Amino acid sequence: MIRVVLPAHLKTLANVHGEVELDVVGVATPRSVVDALETRYPMLLGTIRDTTTKKRRAFVRFYACEEDISHDDPEAPLPEAVVNGAEPFFVIGAMAGG
Amino acid sequence: MSSVRVLVGTRKGAFILRSDGKRKDWDVSGPFFGGWEMYHLKGSPVDPNRIYASQNTSWFGQLIQRSNDGGVTWEPVGNQFNYDGVPGTHQWYDGTPHPWEFARVWHLEPSLTDPDHVLAGVEDAALFQSSDGGESWREISGLREQKSGSSWMPGAGGMCLHSIIVSPQDPQRIFIAISSAGAFRTDDGGKSWRPINKGLHSEGLPDEDAEVGHCVHHITMHPSKPDTLFMQKHWDVMRTDNAGDSWVEISGNLPTDFGFAIDVHAHEPETVYVVPIKSDSEHYPLDGQLRVYRSRSGGNEWEPLTKGLPQSNCYVDVLRDAMSVDSLDKCGLYFGTTGGAVYASADEGDSWEPIVSDLPAVLSVEVQTLA
Repeated sequence: MIRVVLPAHLKTLANVHGEVELDVVGVATPRSVVDALETRYPMLLGTIRDTTTKKRRAFVRFYACEEDISHDDPEAPLPEAVVNGAEPFFVIGAMAGG
Repeated sequence: MSSVRVLVGTRKGAFILRSDGKRKDWDVSGPFFGGWEMYHLKGSPVDPNRIYASQNTSWFGQLIQRSNDGGVTWEPVGNQFNYDGVPGTHQWYDGTPHPWEFARVWHLEPSLTDPDHVLAGVEDAALFQSSDGGESWREISGLREQKSGSSWMPGAGGMCLHSIIVSPQDPQRIFIAISSAGAFRTDDGGKSWRPINKGLHSEGLPDEDAEVGHCVHHITMHPSKPDTLFMQKHWDVMRTDNAGDSWVEISGNLPTDFGFAIDVHAHEPETVYVVPIKSDSEHYPLDGQLRVYRSRSGGNEWEPLTKGLPQSNCYVDVLRDAMSVDSLDKCGLYFGTTGGAVYASADEGDSWEPIVSDLPAVLSVEVQTLA
């Protein structure tokens, strides 16, 4: 079970409160976690990454275990602490004012 | 008894303002989609409970929301706006080629006959359509592939397709306008397009009378005269009486002919309204006085309408999609400001009252007249 923390706007859009818990099929990677997230909450399609290219949106970052993994290989396995649910996978909206 | 519903898009959410036909007492609901930029909301003319809304942030991109109950509840629908084929390039601000990139939906235009059919004008400039209530979108690519497309360039707000008018007499005829490319028309439902900018004159262009490149801010039409369009250009207020084949200036005695919003009286096709703005470098009213100007002669002779509007220390703007009319008798007018006020007039502009005064900056105002 993977724990995912969404930014406020996406929680509202997905109509969730607190963390999201996901079962990810196969190896847990940033890509497979977002795949599972979009499958569970299709209203999030296009808000985290481009629906066609799968490229992460410019103002969205991914954090795990106090590391910014936004630019890591999206197919790279997530840390064990995220995989076993000890730590969440963070989807972060950039702090860019407004 | 008739009533009105005013759909307001702002920088930080949407609001719906409701009143009976007297248009005196108002119920305000919202914010809907708080914190998101709501560029435009518009209801279907054939099913007023069907409303489409454009929801966007730079963080999380574009969403389209749809309501089937007059804005009480909403559901997100399709948000994939993929350009047809290889998009190619247009001109960037510095004149260099720049890839076509989708940014946001500026304007939604529901069909005059089918509540599931809606057009969307987007940035970077393109026209999309949906035939399934917004679930899926397909580009009408003949416009962007028009031979001048690679020379279009953005205005200060981006390269946006902001105005869409479908002829009420011929659904194959569609007018659109783009900043800063100009106005275009199709007579075959979108397969082919041609620029309709003859008579426009823009000092910022190398060729001031060029076929394309004009910064058209908004166009509007009265449904009873589908060959007559009124235009607020960057500078100059214009009209055409031959569906855009040629334009003439009607700025006349306006104190300044820069501005964004323009609209036509619901029952008088030669009564036109604009909100003059001081200049393109200042973007606020002349002398700090917020004034709507009305022409009852189709242009050239304009009168200021000031009663109820701030006449000192007012430095707001009224954006291109932020003015609308209802079709009650007397015709009502509404406009929103970047200072967060929405003003209403129930007497054709003779007098005004603020419905609300402290919303986020208003991006769009659309009115539904309900039976």
